[in-house]
Amino acid sequence: MNTHLGTPVSADAGTRQGGAWETVIGLEIHAQLATRSKIFSGAATAYGAPPNTQACLVDLGYPGVLPVLNAEAVRMAVRFGLAIGAQIARQSVFARKNYFYPDLPKGYQISQYELPIVAGGTLEIVLEDGSRKRIGVTRAHLEEDAGKSLHEGLAGLTGIDLNRAGTPLLEIVSEPQMRSAREAVAYMKKVHTLVRYLEICDGNMQEGSFRCDANVSVRPAGSEKLGTRTEIKNVNSFRYVEKAIQYEVARQIELIESGGKVIQETRLFDPDRGETRSMRSKEEANDYRYFPDPDLLPLELEAAYIEAVRAELPELPDAKAARFSAQYGLSDYDAGVLTASRELADYYEAVTRAVPGQSKLAANWVMGELAAALHKDGLEIGAGKLPAERLAGLLARIADGTISGKIAKEVFEVMWASGTSADDVIASKGLQQITDTGAIERAIEDVMAHHPAQLAEFRAGKDKLFGFFVGQVMKATQGKANPAQLNALLKKKLPG
Amino acid sequence: MALTRAQVEGIAHLARLELDPAEVPQYERSLSRIVDFIGELERANTAGVAPMAHPLPGLAQRLRADEVTERDEHDLYQRNAPAVASGLYLVPKVIE
Repeated sequence: MNTHLGTPVSADAGTRQGGAWETVIGLEIHAQLATRSKIFSGAATAYGAPPNTQACLVDLGYPGVLPVLNAEAVRMAVRFGLAIGAQIARQSVFARKNYFYPDLPKGYQISQYELPIVAGGTLEIVLEDGSRKRIGVTRAHLEEDAGKSLHEGLAGLTGIDLNRAGTPLLEIVSEPQMRSAREAVAYMKKVHTLVRYLEICDGNMQEGSFRCDANVSVRPAGSEKLGTRTEIKNVNSFRYVEKAIQYEVARQIELIESGGKVIQETRLFDPDRGETRSMRSKEEANDYRYFPDPDLLPLELEAAYIEAVRAELPELPDAKAARFSAQYGLSDYDAGVLTASRELADYYEAVTRAVPGQSKLAANWVMGELAAALHKDGLEIGAGKLPAERLAGLLARIADGTISGKIAKEVFEVMWASGTSADDVIASKGLQQITDTGAIERAIEDVMAHHPAQLAEFRAGKDKLFGFFVGQVMKATQGKANPAQLNALLKKKLPG
Repeated sequence: MALTRAQVEGIAHLARLELDPAEVPQYERSLSRIVDFIGELERANTAGVAPMAHPLPGLAQRLRADEVTERDEHDLYQRNAPAVASGLYLVPKVIE
């Protein structure tokens, strides 16, 4: 942290003669709402259908059709607004945003402009040093998505697939309050977690269900005036958002320091090259001539309706994390990881309910071995590969001393591969921990007899050979000797 | 309020209309008259008048249930398209 001019400066800001640069970032996140049908028509929204099989006359902009608003899209937008403590507009208005592009058949996108459905909320992010920062959400509005343009294999032509045209989007616009690429990613992840908790968006970034535009500018630290911003369009991964912003910040600083000026424009991030490049000058293109859509009446929401939606809100991520810390004695970090998705949180709670008093052990296993195995196989927790009760069965055997933590990892691998229970694996492989003092003593005596030289050295004062004897006995017992008992017995027997 | 030649050309570009340069002065005059006509509203006292988003007072947007009611009829709809291939509408190449 550079606090040179009294203003905190992000780690990825550069330097300047006599001062540092401050980065200013605002994000516009587009979350596709998980409705079955489109926002203004009864066409399906399912991903991956053959081209244009889910584009009806309304989506195609045929003459004489009228849009009719989807009640579920409205309910989802209200859910989001309430979850971030925003104002839900009792009256909001749909507007036409006019521009020409082949994947926009009507020549305008139906959006909301002056009177959006959601205004003025906040989200809290956790910074790397553990401190918290509130990020303002200026507004969230309902709008329709455009179609897709395909350029490959069409011999100098562009193919248009309008299946996505009319899919409901919630555009979530932040205040320009993020000061580094990391903060922007933390905010984006927070929104991603929230929309999935609320079950209003599947969050699938590969399929474009959750994507973001980043507005980036730099200014001398301490300056109140915003620098000229560029907009990086359509970034659909957390890693790319971070890289794109870092590149753009460095580019702008270098440009200004070498005497140039940042031009307000739209830029695209090229993941292969790790750089942004100019797309079009926004000053020229950005004349959308918004006006209220005469085909749609103002959307009016009753207070009772808003309260009914509020009553249906689930436990939200921040509240769940706070409860996990208090109820299960977890660190803020662990509670944050375990509540990153509702599925993961539910899984953890199911495990810890099944092995009471072992909430920390359960947290370590869910975040450690289980997360690693899921990652390795490219699976989600919801895939049900290892039911919570089965992992709990393994943890119960660690808790009651049947197996050590080390053996448990072996058992886990077999359980993961074979789908059997911990008890079956332990029994069939004879992995029960040896807790019989006599058996451990016999193993120790055997090892001592086989390593007279090391024993003599130990007794002559070479203390660190203690570990050697632990290792030898563990080897002789295939790792099954109870570690605490083994230690105690070695301490008694080795000195002679 | 008189529109400039550049403004008229800008409006034509946004509407994707091709204007014969010889016609531009005529549009400057006629569009300026339209803007002046609308501009009379500037003289009305609108203090305390809420902006109106729709000329149907007292009516609000009706909502529809989230149900799929449309079938795939792309063969029929695409009969109007000048060029299609593999279900895609074909247009001159657009790349940014």
